Amino acid sequence: MSDPGSGTPFLTIEHATKTYDTGSGPLTAIEDLNLSIDRGEFVCVLGPSGSGKSTLLWAISGLHPLTSGTITLNGRPVTSPPREMGMVFQDANLLPWRNLWENMLFPFEIRRQRSEPHHERIRELLRLTGLAGFEKKMPLELSGGMRQRASIVRCLGFDPEVILMDEPFGALDAFTRDEMNLLIQNIWLGSGKTVIFVTHNITEAVFLADRVVVLSPRPGRIAHIFEIDLPRPRTIDQTLEPPFIEQVQRIKATIERGQPARTGAMA
Amino acid sequence: MSQRDGNLAETIPTFDDDVNAGRGVGLSGMTGLSAGTIHGWRDAIVIVLVAVVIIGGLQIWLTVSDTPAYVMPKPSEIGAALVDNFPLFWPHILSTLQVLVIGYAIGTSIGLVLAATITQVPFIEKVITPYILLLVTTPMLALVPLLGAKLGYDSIAPRIIVVALASGPMVMINAATGFRRTDLGKIALARSYGASTIQIFTKIRFPMALPMIIVGLMIGAIFGLLTAVGAEMVGSSEGLGNRLVYYSSRVQMDNFFAIIVILAVIGITDYVIFYWIGKKWASWQS
Repeated sequence: MSDPGSGTPFLTIEHATKTYDTGSGPLTAIEDLNLSIDRGEFVCVLGPSGSGKSTLLWAISGLHPLTSGTITLNGRPVTSPPREMGMVFQDANLLPWRNLWENMLFPFEIRRQRSEPHHERIRELLRLTGLAGFEKKMPLELSGGMRQRASIVRCLGFDPEVILMDEPFGALDAFTRDEMNLLIQNIWLGSGKTVIFVTHNITEAVFLADRVVVLSPRPGRIAHIFEIDLPRPRTIDQTLEPPFIEQVQRIKATIERGQPARTGAMA
Repeated sequence: MSQRDGNLAETIPTFDDDVNAGRGVGLSGMTGLSAGTIHGWRDAIVIVLVAVVIIGGLQIWLTVSDTPAYVMPKPSEIGAALVDNFPLFWPHILSTLQVLVIGYAIGTSIGLVLAATITQVPFIEKVITPYILLLVTTPMLALVPLLGAKLGYDSIAPRIIVVALASGPMVMINAATGFRRTDLGKIALARSYGASTIQIFTKIRFPMALPMIIVGLMIGAIFGLLTAVGAEMVGSSEGLGNRLVYYSSRVQMDNFFAIIVILAVIGITDYVIFYWIGKKWASWQS
């Protein structure tokens, strides 16, 4: 690992282009996208559907390689899933044939790593997410919100430095989503972890992020980056107050025009 | 833009839980006896009562109508034959079970390995499938006299071969359906932790296919039993199938039906074994 604070960015994306071969010819999902992310930052990637935000995240994760361009984490190019990254998927993606606890140990099994030293932390995370006591339950016996919380615990269980989240709360109702956003903020605050969070929900992005990266429609490029300097810890009530709403409206205008509004806060 | 989204959806995995093909073709769906769990004493008593009513009714009916034993023996006569002649039946039970177990073990092992490998290579799957269908649809019993002439009428090898040929493809077809259920989301999850191809197989593909594999094993066992009995009827000097032909040719219908009862017990035991295996290993599906 490169020494922190040396000036080299933690995670960089340079000239990222991804083209898919489809039945009707090649399709460019993202094109010449450049972004750098600092250690400990919470970045939300926001864009309309088809703007390539999931493509970008999957490229960062090392699961889907870029067509061209490079992604560097800690000074090393990302070509396969790095050990210090954890991913939370759109669907909770729990293995239905394992109970909750066995699902939490799945990453360790794959990595052929002893899980015992982490049991304490996993139990603590389960308690924090209201899942204590459900360890023996099968995923299908849990509610959608519980499953998604479990998938977050599974990801945090092995203590990744970077957490990638691909529209994790897209399938949840508004109340559960608020609850999850608070939970994510609380877990992230003071953890020093870097989070890249893909969403198409502007309120969610403004609530969570230090920076909101807005992508333009396909091919995805960065339309604008917004710094969100609202004080933390943020509350759900705050989302109804003028500073928050103004921020949301600025971003909304940018998405509609595909470029920043004149008065948009500069990155 | 919306049509383009449709195109992209083929290359970017989406994570609906419903992508698994063949949902609802679980163990219970295949057997149609999903409600077969016995809840408590009341259910058990009712089941026993029904049996008593059927057997007792049959006994009374056959007595009243004065039906001769060579048409249909009374349950009491069948029961007596079963008890009295059990020592005579025993070697034949062992013979049939031996053929069934060996043939089934060979057939299902080959079927499972083939299913696991060919589903990874769609081209091979395409090439092999017609031949497997041929095996499933052709009555393997036709081979018995032929194999008997080659390997000897007293050899158990012909029977083992046909049992393997009958049960193997059943397991293979069902297991292949299971292995084809690829949930890209779960595979991506495993890969995000750096899973190897073997780990993806053992930790994702195999458990996911397990309910269908168990269905295949169950159907394979039942087909294997039917084929073993049939093979003994057409070309063997021993085994329960041979006894059926023997007793019916001598009009010893009490012994004939006693053999039928033994076969029914073996068949139901097959079912119960796989029912419990399915309950233990595949219950996550329902």
